[in-house]
Amino acid sequence: MRQAFSIPRFQLPAFVSAIGVRLPQWPHAVALTAGLNAVARMKLLPEDSLELLEGRTFFVEVLDTGGKVSFTYRAGFFRPLFSTPDTPDLSFRANLSAFLQLLARQEDPDTLFFNRELSIEGDTELGLVVKNMLDAVEWPQLPKLPLFRH
Amino acid sequence: MLSQKLPELVCPAGSLPALKAAVDNGADTVYLGYKNDTNARNFAGLNFDDKSMREGIAYAQSRGRHVLMAINTFPQPGREADWRRAVDGAADLGVDAVILADVGLLDYASKRHPQLRLHLSVQGSATSYEAVNFAQREFGVQRAVLPRVLTLAQVEHVIKNTTVPIEVFGFGSLCVMNEGRCWLSSYATGESPNTVGACSPAKYVKWEKSPGEMTTRLNGILIDRFGDDEAAGYPTLCKGRFDVNGETYYALEEPTSLNVLEILPEIARIGVSAIKIEGRQRSPAYVTQVTKTLRAALDALAKDSERYHVKPAWQAELAKVSEGSQATLGAYNRPWR
Repeated sequence: MRQAFSIPRFQLPAFVSAIGVRLPQWPHAVALTAGLNAVARMKLLPEDSLELLEGRTFFVEVLDTGGKVSFTYRAGFFRPLFSTPDTPDLSFRANLSAFLQLLARQEDPDTLFFNRELSIEGDTELGLVVKNMLDAVEWPQLPKLPLFRH
Repeated sequence: MLSQKLPELVCPAGSLPALKAAVDNGADTVYLGYKNDTNARNFAGLNFDDKSMREGIAYAQSRGRHVLMAINTFPQPGREADWRRAVDGAADLGVDAVILADVGLLDYASKRHPQLRLHLSVQGSATSYEAVNFAQREFGVQRAVLPRVLTLAQVEHVIKNTTVPIEVFGFGSLCVMNEGRCWLSSYATGESPNTVGACSPAKYVKWEKSPGEMTTRLNGILIDRFGDDEAAGYPTLCKGRFDVNGETYYALEEPTSLNVLEILPEIARIGVSAIKIEGRQRSPAYVTQVTKTLRAALDALAKDSERYHVKPAWQAELAKVSEGSQATLGAYNRPWR
């Protein structure tokens, strides 16, 4: 049977982001790009979509933790950027709960976007490539974890 | 008990995980397309390459479900071979049917692959039984998908006057619903579902956030401006708010979703053969939620059609994934024709 676990919609208290923005941001960037590279190495990301990311800059902001990550994809690897580009090619902004719901495939990005819980700015087509690339990933060993049920 | 057969549940698959989600959550049939402009959801990174297509078809068919391939755009001048190749590929892969819109392609498929089952796409824009019967007589079409412009009484009229099984839409985003005949996207961008397989292609869309509002532009044309507390919709001309004689409002269509749960018993009673869920562009999460809900409703109907009632939990689940703040019965219960 399917697990009943689900991620609730929540917003962290404002003091979390007040502290979060003062912390160094590079550990998030390193962790995220390492994760993406691991997924790419496992051949879970389609090559034809990855090619479209070449040289493009991405910015992810978790609003209620104050976490901000900038990265790019170049020569086969996701690489952290240690300063945020003035105009990243693509920006995602949402609260932590929305990002977790997306990763767990509990909510649909269009749903979150319509409800204004997820903000996507920049190159819309690039956004679609990223969204569809993540949707097409077949998570091999993760479904046993409640967070990654699908 | 229901005296007639329960309508088949036809679910969208834009990716392999979405296909599996549909099958695992109760779809009778899934529909999918190639990663190119031979289908009307030709979006970057969406759809199936040859490998994922084979795997998806095997996954569904080994579980007793059917797979339909949408080849429902119109062959472009000089490139007819691409569409024919898609039909040949579908036949080779052993899909259960292809969904076609173009009469030239229907003609090709019926002659070249007489064993291949043909469905008339919603993009074929057959709104009358004469049109449906024409497609049956000329090409041997074995099912027709009706555009979302007909009232329930009109759907019934079509069904009574044809032997072709009829499929209707049951859930999903609504547009102006003039399927196969809409050129609004081309008016703004030069590209439309009929020609490139995408309405309002993403490369022409710009979302701009500024304090307190977000603006949407399609190829430079201002489509809408949302306050921070307003729901957003797809960036299409038909869902824009425009200044008409000094008044700014949804001049063509409000962003809404179709939801037929309330009239499901009626749909089954008039003899609809299949109910389609819109949304190959949506994620596996959407496919899971909508398939599971429609399956539960159809099963409830099969169990006891007299006592069928719409559960609030179903409506809540569907409302969550709807575009716009409201779900409607679309044209099905419209008083005018």
